[in-house]
Formats: sequence, structure tokens, C-alpha cells
Amino acid sequence: MSVLIEDLESAVDLHATERANASSLPPTASTEMVVIEPKSRWMVIDFRELWQYRDLLWFLTWRGIKVLYAQSAIGVGWAVIQPLFAMFVYTIVFGKFAGIQSDGLPYAIFAYAALVPWTYFSNAVVEGTNSLVTNAQMITKVYFPRMILPLSATFAKLVDFTIALALLLVLMAWFGIAPTPRLIFLPLLIVIMVMTVAGIGMWFTALAIQYRDVKHGMTFAVQLLMYAAPVVYPSSLVPESIRVVYMLNPMAGVIDGFRAAFLGQPAMPWQAIAIGSVSATLILLSGAAYFRSREKIFADVA
Amino acid sequence: MYAIEINELSKAYRIGLREEIPDTLFGAVQSLAAAPWRNWQRLRRLNTFGKADNESDTLWALERVTAQIEPGEVVGIIGRNGAGKSTLLKVLSRITEPTSGRALIRGRVSSLLEVGTGFHPELTGRENVYMNGTILGMTRREIKQKFDAIVEFSGVDRFLDTPVKRYSSGMKVRLAFAVAAHLEPEILIIDEVLAVGDAAFQQKCLGKMRDVSGSGRTVLFVSHNTGAVTSLCRRGILLDHGKIVADGPVRPVIAEYLSRLATNKLDVVTDPRLPVQIQNVACLDAEFGPAAQIAFGESLVIAVTCSGEMGHKFSIGIRVVNLQGIVVYDLLSSDEVPLIELTKDSTVWHAVLPEIGLNEGPHYVSVLLRDEFGVRRTIAENCAQFSVVSPHTGAIRSKGCVRLKAEWFRDGD
Repeated sequence: MSVLIEDLESAVDLHATERANASSLPPTASTEMVVIEPKSRWMVIDFRELWQYRDLLWFLTWRGIKVLYAQSAIGVGWAVIQPLFAMFVYTIVFGKFAGIQSDGLPYAIFAYAALVPWTYFSNAVVEGTNSLVTNAQMITKVYFPRMILPLSATFAKLVDFTIALALLLVLMAWFGIAPTPRLIFLPLLIVIMVMTVAGIGMWFTALAIQYRDVKHGMTFAVQLLMYAAPVVYPSSLVPESIRVVYMLNPMAGVIDGFRAAFLGQPAMPWQAIAIGSVSATLILLSGAAYFRSREKIFADVA
Repeated sequence: MYAIEINELSKAYRIGLREEIPDTLFGAVQSLAAAPWRNWQRLRRLNTFGKADNESDTLWALERVTAQIEPGEVVGIIGRNGAGKSTLLKVLSRITEPTSGRALIRGRVSSLLEVGTGFHPELTGRENVYMNGTILGMTRREIKQKFDAIVEFSGVDRFLDTPVKRYSSGMKVRLAFAVAAHLEPEILIIDEVLAVGDAAFQQKCLGKMRDVSGSGRTVLFVSHNTGAVTSLCRRGILLDHGKIVADGPVRPVIAEYLSRLATNKLDVVTDPRLPVQIQNVACLDAEFGPAAQIAFGESLVIAVTCSGEMGHKFSIGIRVVNLQGIVVYDLLSSDEVPLIELTKDSTVWHAVLPEIGLNEGPHYVSVLLRDEFGVRRTIAENCAQFSVVSPHTGAIRSKGCVRLKAEWFRDGD
């Protein structure tokens, strides 16, 4: 009787088979090792890790694009409606009523050439600032380099930017303006613009995850900031005395650069671009450093 | 070489500052004016890494936790709510950083703290498989290779190109679990994912988990489902108030967990919308005298004292769990009698369980009060305990959770 029951026990015992399985397997071949401890090291951007997660960056960017215009009739048409309508309003208010000069160009094209980078800037900064809050659920449930979130917001908006840029060429044909050879500097301008947006996005999203006020303030702040860049007026109107300070805004050089490259007016603002690229680099590096230093608390405060 | 080495790991959280409610108009105005400052202070202190760590509002979710886990070990982490289980998993999955201490993990880790992280309702099933897979750490190529297997496991192949927002919640969960099930990490960290889906799907998940745990992978498994932990894990770690209080073979650890729960005084999760409460729960013998021990085959009476609003209708549920954490009885008064109504402030209801057919050992009783729709519920978990003793001592213990008196006879007799 007792023998029978012991047999039964070993047959029923689930763990006996588990043990047998475990022992027949080779020991885990450890290739990766993760050390978990309170962070003290100082590293602004971990490129190796970002590279490992490049597929995630790609899919999040793609998700941002896809989801934005899901279930909408006009779809990507919205990408041009925003700068186009702003152009109409500014042409009437600033061009006609206020009679602001526009470097000898038709005010509409003058404004639109600036609105293409500016619309990108304002939308991407707001989106980047919200990126951590919007994805708080993900942050508290899985590990990935957090920096991917503001970065993917920055990249996703480039699709809208490209579409708006295509319309700029259509408008130029309409007004009979030919692009200039200085168009070869366009990639440089775009890099400065994207660096600025990514830096500001990282700064403010790291703040917004803890203080939601930032989220509300940002939409309003970018509206005001538009007047700190030559969007509705030419930078020649800016008094000489504060011009250097004005150029600290990387978007000042970028916007004038866009006008110079596409419309030929004003001259290529090399001084503003030089100052702007220095400040864009500083914004990006400080943003990344601040983001990394706050990273460890994101999951706790989200 | 251990797969996971946890060394003196601690994690502190700041708990909310108590706000004082002003009782004068002047006080109210004053507190309104000071609100932004106070809010700012509070938000700032969400940060867990302040200077002073011994403040009274600091909660140590983990306190000097040390453990070593061998490659291939399947470890169940148990403990009551707030014991630090989830915090431990979050620290080990690098979601949150420890306050002090250190852990070493050797091998590729995947952590599943939830199924379907990153699922977006506007994306199709196919797109979400890729999205969710990359979030869990798979590369695009890996997902492509396993795509067919994932779809087959989920059983939603007909709806692959439909946005997930049109899925039923069951389909969503199945697809999400299918992705998770095809991760091939060396170390797997899982938190309560089994608490989703219908019973049949949970069985499927458990089966998959059993495959994983039998395949030589290191698994850390957090669950309240003591039955699942017993059947999946060989080793158990019991956490209480952020500390490891038991670590060893799973059965004794679960026994320790259940006995700790039972010795604690009535720990009731109440729903403020339900105007009836559980006052007391007692195990009585057939003569209605207090009984800590019941002999096999005798009757047991469970007495539930309820109090609250008169005239409110509700039903009483009783659940009996054995030492392995297996639910042996799950009873609901409304199955046998009409809804219960309080006729005075405090009423005792008796449930007679005739001729207990349970095997020897301690059993734990949980009581539930629920309104007629089952929406609002008050639960007293493991609030009473009784032990079944065997009438014939010296017999070899059998393994079943229930036992019965069988009749034996030879063919032809």
C-alpha cells in the first residue's frame, strides 16, 4: 500500500518533471549583463542603447504619424491647412492692415516661407512636451530608453513639415518665384531646427511629467514665442542693439535662412545661423542632460 | 554564476503630505492663496530621492532585499497587497531605480508587467503586434519570423487588418498575450498577467507558462494566485512590508504566507458605496461552539456578523482555500436563499457546510458581501481559519485537496 502511494506521488509530482527538464538543459549562456543601481554616472546620450532600440524609435514615430490622421476625412490635408490659413490671416492683418514690409516680396509668400518651419517648431515642441505624459502608461510598465519618446514626437512631425514644404514650391510657382541655388543649405537649416525642437522637447517633457502645469503653459508659450522670431515681420525691423540677443533664438536664423534659400530675400543670414547653431547645440545637450538626470523618477511620478 | 543577484536592494517612496482642512473663512482664503505653493511642494516631493530619508512620510517599499536566483530557477514572489512585490519587479525590470543597493542580471531579460503595453486602438491588429513586440524588446526581424505563430496562438487571424478598437476585450487580450508568449528571453519577469481573460484563456496562459518554466528559463513570477504559484514554481519568496520573510521551497513558503494572512486581524477591503459591513467571521462546529479543528466528515458552520443600513439587500459569499492556495469551496448565499436583508443593526448569518470532505490541514476562509448586481463588494480575505483533522491517525497522507469515503468491493461480491 505505502509503496503504491509513493509511486503515485512521484508520478503526480509536477516538480519532479520540472527538475528533470531543468537539469538536462545547458546553463544559460549569458551574453548580456544588466547592473541595476542608483545612477551616479554622467552620460548625456547613450547612443549604443538608442541604436539597440532603433526599431522602437521607428515604430513609435510611425505610430505618431499614422494615429494622427486616423479616421479623418482630410487626413494629411491638415498638415497644410494650418500654415495656409495662418498665411491668409497674417497677410490680411499684418500685410494689409498694419502694412508691415516684407523684403520686397508678396506678403503671402513671405509669411508662408516662415510658417513652414514655424508650424513644425510649434507643433513638434508641444507634441514633444506632452510625449511622456501621453505615454505614462508605457513608462510605468516597461523599460526602454525614455529619450525615444520626445525624439519620436520630433521626427513624426517632420512628415507634416515635408508636406507643407511641398506646398511652398507650389505657391512659389503661383507667384512666379524661382528657388535659389542656396537651397543646398536647406539640410543644415533643418538640422538646426530639429536639434532645437528635440532639445526643448526633452527639457519640457521631463518637467511636464512631474508638473503638469508645463503642459498647459507650453501651448500658450509657443503662441507668444512666434513674435520672438521673424515670422510675421522681417528681421530687418529688429533694432540693431538687440540683434545679437535676437539671434540667440535658433529659429531666427532658420526662418530667415528659409526665406533666403527659397525666395532669395533677404541675404543668407550667416551670422544668425552661426549663433543659432551654437545655441541649438547647447539647447540639445542641456535638454538631453536634464532629461537623463530626471529619467529615474519618471516612472515614480507619472 | 547566478542569473539574478539582488544585493541589499531598497526603494523608498514619499507618501502624500496630509492636507489640513481649514475651518474658518479666513483660513479657507489663506489656504487657497497658499495652494500653488503647497501643490508645488507636494509635486516636488513626488521625487523619491530627497535629502532626508528618515522622514515620517517615507515609505520603504523595499528594504534591504537580498536574494540569489540560479539560471533555470522558477521563483514565485508572493505577499499581500503593498508588500513590495510589484516594486521589486519594477526595479528589476529597470522601470524605476532603486534608492540604494544593487542587482545584477545576467542574460536577456523580458518583463511583462501588463499585456498589451503600447497597444493603440487606432492601429490594426497586425500593426499592434509589431508595436507591442518592439516595446517588449524584440527586433522587427524577430517579430516577422514569429508573426505567423503569434497570429495562430491568438486566434484572431480574421481581424488582423481591423483596428484594435473594434476588437472585443477578449480578442485584444488574446492578441497581446500571444505577442508576449513569443518572447524568447533567458530571464522572464511576470506580474499577474494571468489575471486577464476568461477561464479558458487563463488555462491556455497557464499552460504556456508551464512550457516556459519547463524550458530551462529563469522566471520570476508575481501573483496572488497561490494555486498558480504552487503549480508553476519550485521556489517561493515571501515579501512582507518590503522585506523578505521567507525564501525556500514553494509549499512551505505559501503555507507561511497563508498562516500570516490568517493570524492578522480582520483585513477588510470595503466599498464605501455598499452600506453593509463585515463585523466578524467565526468557524463553529455542528453545535455552534467555536471550533479551530474539524474532524473529517463532520459539519462546519461559518458565522458571519454583518452590520449596516437596514433594508439593504445583499448576498454573502464564502470562499475556502487550502494550504496550497487552491479554492476548494466557493459559495454564494443567493444561490440557495433569497437576498439577505438586515433587520437590525447587527445580524449573524450562519452557513452550514455539511460533512466536510476536505483533506487534512489548515484551511482559510474569505468572506464577501455583494449587492444584488455584484457590483459593490466588501471583501474580508483570509479572515478565519480551521483545520481538518483525520479521524484515523497514523494513516499515510494522501495528496488530494478533497477526500471521500470510497466503497471498495471485488467484482462479483
